[in-house]
Amino acid sequence: MSYASVLIQFLNGLASASSLFLIAAGLSLIFGVTRVVNFAHGSLFMLGMYLAVALAPGVGFWLAVPLAALAVGAFGAVAESLLLRRLYRAPELLQLLATFALVLVIKDFALWAWGPEDILGPRAPGLAGAVTIAGQRFPAYDLFLIALGPAVLGTLWFLLKRTRWGMLVRAATQDRDMASALGVNQKGLFTAVFGLGALLAGLGGALQIPREPATLGVDLQVISDAFVVVVVGGLGSIPGAFLAALLIGEIKSFCIGLGFSKLTLVAEFVVMAAVLVLRPWGLLGKVRAEVRGAGALEPPLRLPSRGALLGLAALFAALALLPALHAGYTLVLLTDVLLFALFAVSLHFIMGPGGLHSFGHAAYFGLGAYGAGLLVHKASASMGAALLAGPWLAALGAAAFGWFCVRLSGVYLAMLTLAFAQITWSIAFQWDAVTGGSNGIVGIWPSPWLSGKTAYYYLTLAACAAGIALLWRVCYSPFGYALRAGRDSPLRADAIGIDVRALQWAAFTFAGFFAGLAGALYAFSKGSISPETLSIPRSVDGLVMVLLGGIQTLTGPVWGAALLTWLQDAVARGVDYWRAVIGGVILALVLAFPQGAAGFLRERFAR
Amino acid sequence: MIEVRGLTAAYGRAEILFGLDFEAQAGEVLVLLGRNGAGKSTTLKTLMGLVPSRNGEVRLHGERIDGLPAHRIARCGLGYVPEDRRIFTDLTVRENLEVGRQPPRAGAEPWTPERLLRLFPSLEAMQSRLGGRMSGGEQQMLAIARSLMGNPRALLLDEPAEGLAPIVVDHLAGAIRELKAAGLCIVLSEQNLRFARRVADRACLIERGRIRASGTLEEVQPAYAR
Ligand SMILES: Nc1ncnc2c1ncn2[C@@H]1O[C@H](COP(=O)(O)OP(=O)(O)OP(=O)(O)O)[C@@H](O)[C@H]1O
Ligand SMILES: [Mg+2]
Repeated sequence: MSYASVLIQFLNGLASASSLFLIAAGLSLIFGVTRVVNFAHGSLFMLGMYLAVALAPGVGFWLAVPLAALAVGAFGAVAESLLLRRLYRAPELLQLLATFALVLVIKDFALWAWGPEDILGPRAPGLAGAVTIAGQRFPAYDLFLIALGPAVLGTLWFLLKRTRWGMLVRAATQDRDMASALGVNQKGLFTAVFGLGALLAGLGGALQIPREPATLGVDLQVISDAFVVVVVGGLGSIPGAFLAALLIGEIKSFCIGLGFSKLTLVAEFVVMAAVLVLRPWGLLGKVRAEVRGAGALEPPLRLPSRGALLGLAALFAALALLPALHAGYTLVLLTDVLLFALFAVSLHFIMGPGGLHSFGHAAYFGLGAYGAGLLVHKASASMGAALLAGPWLAALGAAAFGWFCVRLSGVYLAMLTLAFAQITWSIAFQWDAVTGGSNGIVGIWPSPWLSGKTAYYYLTLAACAAGIALLWRVCYSPFGYALRAGRDSPLRADAIGIDVRALQWAAFTFAGFFAGLAGALYAFSKGSISPETLSIPRSVDGLVMVLLGGIQTLTGPVWGAALLTWLQDAVARGVDYWRAVIGGVILALVLAFPQGAAGFLRERFAR
Repeated sequence: MIEVRGLTAAYGRAEILFGLDFEAQAGEVLVLLGRNGAGKSTTLKTLMGLVPSRNGEVRLHGERIDGLPAHRIARCGLGYVPEDRRIFTDLTVRENLEVGRQPPRAGAEPWTPERLLRLFPSLEAMQSRLGGRMSGGEQQMLAIARSLMGNPRALLLDEPAEGLAPIVVDHLAGAIRELKAAGLCIVLSEQNLRFARRVADRACLIERGRIRASGTLEEVQPAYAR
């Protein structure tokens, strides 16, 4: 590579760093003040793109960009004041769920308004050409982007450090209750911050249209990029986000420039891992004390009563007898319910008793599925061998990723798990030679004696019931108690000789194994797997199941899995815009039962 | 000035306050006396709107304030200094003061940072220091000064003397007397009789969320000593 092309790659990196920064800064700002991880931030970016593309022919590019950004900002402010505001005192994961429901709704809105095809945006008038730098041509528009990043950083710095509004924001970030006891109206402040963050995301999206077409898939891609930037930079630190955006933008650019575009992910991962091991709070982040005046404490997990155990036994018996009465599609649906119940219970195991909030549990589901599928396909293994061995790939993956994850906690951990899941997804998606790329692996059928619906149903019932029973049993073993002790007061648990990290690592791996088992069962029940098996929406499905059921209940995840699987099946077959419907249902449920459905019932009838 | 009638409050299902009645006038220091866990802090938080009240009335300067959100109560003229001070550690001393700023109140000389620095001269030299880099005593002074920036009519102080060196306590007692002389109504929680004696005009004894006795400190004291 010549000096000139190094320089050009460097400039390319700076330009993409600018867009990364815009989106990460808004995410970080919103989180800093409201403590809400705005999953819908990528969707706001997408909305900015589409709006700008739609407005540009009418009003011209340079007016379309600020208009789109303002519209997205206004949308963010409205969403905050109608939805999220009601959830600030709810457990943080429910807030997250609500923002994910927004992702679904916004995606279907965009689909409805602009259709499924990619839409190309206009060039930026006045900056459509290229300039010659060191003998090479470089897009003038990218120079503009390069200048914009620091300009936005400076503006935000001024706003936060030099204005009264910014000072109040900083005070409320630290201690909401104290700020309001001093007369600061947090409601208005939070809405404004959310609006500003949304505006930055919309601006980022709108400015992107001369460089890439508006597509529906951009939301989740952008959000995982933004999570990586925010985690590396330090949550809540805007200069940190800038630094991390530079770092990651440059790494991507040089990987692509050197012709290793497939290495981009690996390089990104190595950087992230290195930063997190050396500085778990990110480059410029601070070790964060718990925020004051935030969500309420969750009630402890109770030992199930005799009646509850009998009820579960009766349920199992009923499920076992069902095929005698009824066959057909119900069994297929129930097979899905059962394996997603196992998936949800394994996620609940780390989230509830473990306190490790994973946004990327589908990675282990998918690794189990791919493990089994590859064994059948590449090693011609029998189904039995594949089912037994597949989950070990998931356990291996969980052990590798978990080692990093348990070093973090709270939102950092959640973002890291999501980033790992995205990396796993990208590998499955890109490594054509092994994983079959976007087509996945087909022809993973069960052995002949198990290929009937009923037989496979029994296999799934036996495996999932055993897995669930084991996971539940472990919650009440000394290991489970120690895990909960580590969740509730890590320092004290450490002081009485519990190695909290090792324990959490073991739990993460253990749960990964069972997610993998569910995945392997899934692969054989469908006969094929694709990268979708481990995509972010699948991870979120797991979260939805656990949270709908109620995180501090034992059996909740099973009910949540049944409800969501049934809902997806029923809605997806009958309705065009099923994502929006599911999003709407989730929003309604979250607003109505901020404790989760099972938690709500328990509160209601416990006394 | 502050009038409390039949105030009850609870954290979730755990009821803590069972119908408190008391009042405090302008230019008066009312001490809420009680042992650990008696409900003193809960009372002050409920007055401030940080813990929701279940029943009862709270009036400030004749206006009902129960049920209002905390920021509205603060703007009505109630200042609050929590027991753990809750200084904004990432903000400078000057910024901490500015967060508390509210418009002046008719009929009272407005508080400005300059006037507050005369009341608490030890803050003078550290105006650009971060709140997190101050000693406990300095933080206590700052917390009081910060709530005064809102030009309150009444001030709630939760165990202000806790953990302070004797000389700092002297300072604090002096400042409280000065505020009283300026016409502020002060409700102060305390479990230590020695400090209570130095500032109290009247006292209420709280036990397990109920008022056991009220009157002058001398009248209440025997019931507390037992
Ligand atoms: N957040 C809370 N949730 C549930 N119960 C609480 C909470 N805070 C306090 N309590 C309970 O309320 C009761 C009164 O507490 P409070 O803090 O008002 O006492 P206090 O008189 O201020 O005590 P101290 O002198 O120790 O500060 C105690 O029994 C305490 O356990
Ligand atoms: Mg107290």
